[in-house]
Amino acid sequence: MYLDNAATSQKPRAVLDALTRYYEEGNANVHRGVHYLSEHATAAYDGAREKARRFLGAKEAREVLFVRGTTEGVNLVASSFGHANLKPGDEVLVSAMEHHSNIVPWQLICEERGARLTVIPMNRRGELLLDEYEKLLGPRTKIVAVVHVSNSLGTINPIGEMVRLAHAKGIPVLVDGAQAAPHLPIDVQALGCDFYTVSGHKMFGPTGIGLLYGRADRLEALPPYQGGGDMIRSVTFAKTTFAPIPAKFEAGTPHIAGAIGLGAAIDYLGGLDREALAIHEQDLLRYATDRLSALPGVRVIGTAGHKASVVSFTVEGVHAHDVGTIVDQEGVAIRTGHHCTQPVMDFFGLPATARASFAFYNTRADVDALVAAVEKVQQVFGA
Amino acid sequence: MSDLADLYQQTILEHNRRPRNFKKLEPADRSAEGNNPLCGDHLTVYLRLDDDVIKEIGFQGSGCAISTASASLMTAAVAGKSKTEAERLFHDFHEMVTGGPDAPADPRVLGKLAAFAGVRQFPARVKCASLSWHTLHAALAGAAQPVSTE
Repeated sequence: MYLDNAATSQKPRAVLDALTRYYEEGNANVHRGVHYLSEHATAAYDGAREKARRFLGAKEAREVLFVRGTTEGVNLVASSFGHANLKPGDEVLVSAMEHHSNIVPWQLICEERGARLTVIPMNRRGELLLDEYEKLLGPRTKIVAVVHVSNSLGTINPIGEMVRLAHAKGIPVLVDGAQAAPHLPIDVQALGCDFYTVSGHKMFGPTGIGLLYGRADRLEALPPYQGGGDMIRSVTFAKTTFAPIPAKFEAGTPHIAGAIGLGAAIDYLGGLDREALAIHEQDLLRYATDRLSALPGVRVIGTAGHKASVVSFTVEGVHAHDVGTIVDQEGVAIRTGHHCTQPVMDFFGLPATARASFAFYNTRADVDALVAAVEKVQQVFGA
Repeated sequence: MSDLADLYQQTILEHNRRPRNFKKLEPADRSAEGNNPLCGDHLTVYLRLDDDVIKEIGFQGSGCAISTASASLMTAAVAGKSKTEAERLFHDFHEMVTGGPDAPADPRVLGKLAAFAGVRQFPARVKCASLSWHTLHAALAGAAQPVSTE
């Protein structure tokens, strides 16, 4: 039973086949050769970008960059935006429930530029305090970086509303969509955000590939992130001029197979009734929450009104790692630890939690197996 | 298939429930901190030394059952031992939890520490069992930096 989908999802056959087909039948570099194979690979790579554009609801394909994953997406914006815009005394606003990957890149650039990180607080249910958020949007705030769906609490944040509040003060917003992509339909134009980034491997695609959406005017205004081939217009030893977006941000040979595999994952998702899947996932969330909460000594952490199918919990008297080991022995894979959200653990005064995260292919029987395994934990520990 | 009963032996569960020497020594001659950043386990080991001999030992911190019980049993095992004897036990303990299925777990040498023989079937948990020992080693060596078993 695989209940660790927030860490990475399983891959459908269509994605594996797309990877194999590229390497076996279509392997060539992109944007280079004039030969048939290169043109074929370029068409497949650019085709994947168009699929990604539709998936994110972007206006133009050039607004969608291929990156290694959400972590690189955030690092790209933190570095390029930070170098262009952050001055001593400026502020970057993040939330109390960010993954380390949406904290540390900002800390690095803040330290370099003499700027500081400010934090939107949350309540005990794991919901951001929008009144406090509005007050924190100040004259020194240069950018807001916020998670769409929390990986450790499951909270779905009201991104549209948060973007509206930031834009009212002329502040751009980056959204970490790593956990949203596998669960929710995404429409960056409806959300209105300036940047949105996702990881392929959490949405049924390959590892090592992800997307960064940036509104065209925003991306054009940023300096390059990395230098190299493919991102230039002309190079002399005296001066280099850069290619237009998206090439400007895709130095070097990209992860062509990954992009094609991610395109296949998007096609796969597109062929499913996502509304029905969302209803199914919400049923799993409710069922797992109810059944786990009914066990004596088990406490669910993260009880926001609006949640994705992620259930963090603690078992009284038993450390999360002991829970994880015993549950694994019972054949159920869950995540245990701080989930790369140490500030969230500190907020709840916990060293770690156990976390079950569901994808559309999970069933109520998986939840039953989890609950039986947690009962086994309590039996071993005599709790 | 590894066996849960091998890992969660009664001795381990009992020491997790009631850890021995769970106290800060004030003043201590030596102390050292240990962390497993990935797990969130952390502990501090305190020592009072009489020349080369561990006269008194205490620990504080929080962690899983394996790391708590390991620290508890370690303090019981090394109290009154010389530094060399303690390091020797650490070596034997480490061999036992990281060795293959036939690694020695001689109760005559390791005493109650042999309860941790089952850990070697659970590679992800070896660092839990060895954190307190690495921390003791750092305290004996007078290391200034916290140790980490990641």
